[in-house]
Amino acid sequence: MSNPDISVRNLWKVFGPGGEKIPKDASLSALSAAELLARTGCNAAVRDMNFDVGKGEVFVVMGLSGSGKSTLIRCLTRLIEPTSGRVLVDGKDVLEAGTGELRELRRRKMSMVFQHFGLLPHRTVLDNVSYGLQIRGAGKAQRYAKSREIIELVGLKGYEQHFPDQLSGGMQQRVGLGRALAGDPDTILFDEPFSALDPLIRRDMQAEVIRLHKEMGKTMVFVTHDLSEALKLGDRILIMRNGEMVQCGTGDDLVGSPADQYIADFVSEVPRADVLTLKWITGPVAFGTPADAPVLAAGTVIRDAIPAVMNSSCPVLVEDAGRITGQIDRDSILSVILGTEAAA
Amino acid sequence: MSTLIRERVPVRNTPPAAVRPQRRRLGRRTILLGGAAVAWLLGFIFLHGTATLNLPASELTDLHRTLNQVNAWVADNRADNPVFQYLLTPLRSAVDVVANLFTGIFAASTTGLRLPEIGWLGTVALLGWIAWAAGNIRVALLTVAVFIFFGLQGLFVDAAYSFALVLTAVLFTLLTGIPLGILAGISARVSKVITPVLDFMQILPTFVYLAPLALIFLIGPASAVIATVIYAAPPVIRLTAHGIRGIPADTREASDSLGTTGVQRLITLQLPLARRTIVMGINQTTMAALSMVTIAALIAAPGLGQVVVRALQSLDVGTAVNAGLSIVLLAIALDRVTTAASRRAEPGAARNRRISRRTRYILLGAGFVVVLAAIQLSRTMLWAAVFPKDLNIGPGIVDGVTAASQWLQTNLFFLTVSLREGVTNGVLNPFQSLLTDTPFYLLALVIIAVACALGRWQLGLVAAACLAVIICLGLWSDAMVTLAGTLVATSVVMILGVIFGVAMGRSNRVDQIMRPLLDAGQTMPAFVYLVPFLGLFGATRFTAIVAGIIYAAPVAIKITADGIAAISPTVMEAAVSAGSTPWQIITKVQLPMARKSLALAANQGLIYVLAMVVVGALVGAGGLGYDVVAGFVQSSLFGKGLAAGLAIVFLGILLDRMTQAAAVRPARKTAPGKPVRH
Amino acid sequence: MSRTSQLLKRTLPALAGTAAAALMLAGCGGATVNQAVAGNGSATPCGSVNVALNAWVGYTADAAVYSYVAQNKLGCTVTQKELSEQISWQGFGSGEVDVIMENWGHADLAKQYITDQKVAVDAGPTGNEGHIGWYVPPWMVQKYPDILDYKNLDKYASLFATSESSGKGQVLDGDPAFVTNDEALVKNLGLNYKVVFSGSEAALIQSFRTAEKNKTPLLGYFYEPQWFLSEVPLKKVSLPPYTPGCDSDPEKVACDYPDYKLNKIISKKFADSGSPAAKLAKAFTWTNADQNSVATDIQGGMKPEAAAKKWVDAHPDQVAAWLK
Repeated sequence: MSNPDISVRNLWKVFGPGGEKIPKDASLSALSAAELLARTGCNAAVRDMNFDVGKGEVFVVMGLSGSGKSTLIRCLTRLIEPTSGRVLVDGKDVLEAGTGELRELRRRKMSMVFQHFGLLPHRTVLDNVSYGLQIRGAGKAQRYAKSREIIELVGLKGYEQHFPDQLSGGMQQRVGLGRALAGDPDTILFDEPFSALDPLIRRDMQAEVIRLHKEMGKTMVFVTHDLSEALKLGDRILIMRNGEMVQCGTGDDLVGSPADQYIADFVSEVPRADVLTLKWITGPVAFGTPADAPVLAAGTVIRDAIPAVMNSSCPVLVEDAGRITGQIDRDSILSVILGTEAAA
Repeated sequence: MSTLIRERVPVRNTPPAAVRPQRRRLGRRTILLGGAAVAWLLGFIFLHGTATLNLPASELTDLHRTLNQVNAWVADNRADNPVFQYLLTPLRSAVDVVANLFTGIFAASTTGLRLPEIGWLGTVALLGWIAWAAGNIRVALLTVAVFIFFGLQGLFVDAAYSFALVLTAVLFTLLTGIPLGILAGISARVSKVITPVLDFMQILPTFVYLAPLALIFLIGPASAVIATVIYAAPPVIRLTAHGIRGIPADTREASDSLGTTGVQRLITLQLPLARRTIVMGINQTTMAALSMVTIAALIAAPGLGQVVVRALQSLDVGTAVNAGLSIVLLAIALDRVTTAASRRAEPGAARNRRISRRTRYILLGAGFVVVLAAIQLSRTMLWAAVFPKDLNIGPGIVDGVTAASQWLQTNLFFLTVSLREGVTNGVLNPFQSLLTDTPFYLLALVIIAVACALGRWQLGLVAAACLAVIICLGLWSDAMVTLAGTLVATSVVMILGVIFGVAMGRSNRVDQIMRPLLDAGQTMPAFVYLVPFLGLFGATRFTAIVAGIIYAAPVAIKITADGIAAISPTVMEAAVSAGSTPWQIITKVQLPMARKSLALAANQGLIYVLAMVVVGALVGAGGLGYDVVAGFVQSSLFGKGLAAGLAIVFLGILLDRMTQAAAVRPARKTAPGKPVRH
Repeated sequence: MSRTSQLLKRTLPALAGTAAAALMLAGCGGATVNQAVAGNGSATPCGSVNVALNAWVGYTADAAVYSYVAQNKLGCTVTQKELSEQISWQGFGSGEVDVIMENWGHADLAKQYITDQKVAVDAGPTGNEGHIGWYVPPWMVQKYPDILDYKNLDKYASLFATSESSGKGQVLDGDPAFVTNDEALVKNLGLNYKVVFSGSEAALIQSFRTAEKNKTPLLGYFYEPQWFLSEVPLKKVSLPPYTPGCDSDPEKVACDYPDYKLNKIISKKFADSGSPAAKLAKAFTWTNADQNSVATDIQGGMKPEAAAKKWVDAHPDQVAAWLK
């Protein structure tokens, strides 16, 4: 990644007394979480984390509760003070920033959307959305004009004068989203934003995020414990366990070649045909496949390839960057679908 | 921020091995308690009357004589010591200026005819308007009615004095208390320093610091206000800090994530969200202030307290009840207005209004014109300046109550006397003798052993330190007299607490009937309780104990009822579906599950009873309370009174820590709960 | 909303009208504050006087007569403050108290406030002579003739025992604020007694009254001048006679109380102010009989003010002498 928006290097967060010594001490930092707790009473929530987030990318951090993902995202803007390491934003280390610089970063570069919304109950929707602008010192007319725009964008037009407790959960989170967007930040951080919502509303909100991402092209770091949400939204997904990164890659990387049994178990229930692309089932071109057989791109998701393969009397060729890399046929597609069902 | 930590820690910190040492602890506790009881009884029987450290009331120790000289020293140095010159005396003058301002406006100007600046009509109109603006029209009408009733009672000026002093005290309390509370809410370090100080201030019975304050600030309204500020500050400090600390972490985090500065966070987030809790604090502070302003009559605070003191001294039940009625009504008015104000302060309260904000402002403006007219009337017309004397129903009330109390005293004489003698001879005297006639070293060891059993060795250490201080102060025997009264009264309070608490917790209807009574009981200042019982039972320890029981019971009942009502309905359903009888449900499910609430009720009951037993020295409670009263009124006993005040504080700390330890005993891992004041 | 604003439009003028009417009303009819001020203020430049009110009826009688005369003959503004004896003295320093009308000894306080701090001055005797002592109801003297000697008290200790006196005989005292050596007396005379405080003069009186009526034993602290002695002639127990200085150490007292020449104390500032009320305070004297007559009226249910008026109206010459 040539010009990443955020670069995280050797990031540690250790809770507990004397936690600051642990990353430096090789004998301690190598211990497992349970051993570390037993030996030092400390809890390493984030361990030696390294990753880059590209401009305009949707980067998902996924893990079960307690895996350290929420701590990680808070370390990015130092809502939780990291123990050691570096977080580079636009080339500058956030950990080195002074109070003023940090505040500027929070005000203009990175906004956050929270699981429980964190709205101010004594302020109307309009005042909640314009809160960040007010904090920055924007004039009333200016911040209200901008906020009305944003409220329309997140689909809350007409609710400006409502108070948070008069809105449904989904609408409250739209306010949270609007508040994050109002400051026009480069990056938006999402901390499990939809896990407190009903499934139907969650689906709407996910669609909303995808739409906003398309329209505004912001960089997004999205924390979730829901794999299907991660696969749906993420350009790339980082899976965490006990504070450590287990695997980082695109959705079909994870499903197609899990790094270990943990990930394999994790992704076992995913409908693979919906996630995997053709490259994972491409076999060598068989003898006898006609040269004029239909061609599909290697990046096509398997489910989307089903009609073409079913309608073709012969195997279908797979092409990647203008080169034929192999072929697929009905058997290979069926095996993917069957495999999933067997696992389920 | 630490969802992660919270999720993990409890899982890892309960290794199954912890169960076994716990059982061994229980065994140790039983042995300790049993051993202590046996040692105590044996000591009482065989060493009866030895080493009792009894100090007759008129005798002093060297320490007391030394403390006596504090009195003389302050008197000699008041004029030229810099602490007095530059700090205490100007402070007193500043408070005096404000107090005089308010008493001048509402009660009586310092010159001329001594008419209130805005007359009774102006006062009624202005206060009604303020109640309307801060609360609603209903409390405004209540305020107007209550103040007119004061006039009818013939106590308008006294009530206005009390009100003016409460106002002054609350003003100063808020000026100091809210900033302190904010600091304590924001900074964990400030909170850590301030919390034990507040605990200490709340254990301190009101009576104890009147004498030292009168020494430093002389008598008069100014020192009354200062005493009141000390008494009334803890609730508002605590509740302000609590309100700020209680803001949900995610809301605060959301605000931080937008890059707020500390001041911005305070103004846009913390103060608005804590507003309701702060106003609740103001409510509690006001009630406390009224209670203290009444007692401060003993250091020449004008107002209703003076009337009560006079009635106490002439055993005039009628006058006392008349004045007590005023105090209660003033308390109710202050309570309702500040409660209405706190409702108004609730986030989003504005949107449920029937009339728009603009209409309200116009109406308030029009109302203010009426207020100005009333004030103008009061400043010109005599009938609007001084409440008309012909409209006085006070004597009627006084005579009626006096007649009733005379009747009670003559006709129930046998009943009240036999009740008093029965309880005193049957319960109080034997128990007191058990405490005072056992050698002090033995009893101290017994108490330390009980402390060790209730808590850990640290609590034993605290107990030992408290007892050592009491012994060094030379007041062991008096402290045991006070302890005996306090424990007897608290036992009764707990019995009442369990009976009524269970009834209220089980039945909504009982709750609905009882709760307003209890609320009224709690708003009544301590002083008011004394006189009727004095009339019935005479000046004895029994009277003080009865007053203490009545004073403390509402708190204990409420806490118990809340504890029982809070038991999950699922558990109750399970118990009912298992076919339990109501009695089984009470004894097997509700009481055991409300055990923590019961311990808390005992804790609060003790502190309340202790405070009352000390004030009860005015009606015959002996022990430390008597020493405080005597030290207050006899300069040769000043030092002893001071020492007795200290001894009460340490006795209070001892009882507080021990009952708190009992409260956390069932769940060992939880931190000791902060005492809740109501 | 529109309805409320309509309502508003209708009520506002009405309110304004009421207010205006009230103001108009103020202009005509009824006594005005200015008239009252003029009527009151013209008499003298007396100003205001703060009178401490101690908690026994005899004192109330003194204070009532003094206040009545100061208010009605001199035009002063009198404020009475309910205070215990020693607290009243503290009031001289802070300006809360100008006058104490009946002082019982208190040599220590006199030294502190008159000699050392110079905030108060002795305003001369009230003319009353005070006696403090231990008294029993008359019926006891008839039944136990030798009870009036303190040496025989131990013999009767069991008679006086109550639930408050932990097995010993009870000596019933009044308000803890009253001048008392009783605790020290019990100890230094080696008596098997315990001092119990009834809390007030009223409680003492009630106890003695009940004791005489029901013929129950009672030994208690009492004093004269006291109107109650004319209702029930209590008998005084003789203690070892008083000699000057025998009560100098309050912890070692073993003698009777002295005869008190009751006097008045006024604050230095008040004395120096030249106020006619200060002169009145110095001139005020009367007899035990005078005090008892006023006190009896007050105790009989008369307001102190009314009782004072009755006495003043009956003794115009004496009052005129004070005011000369």
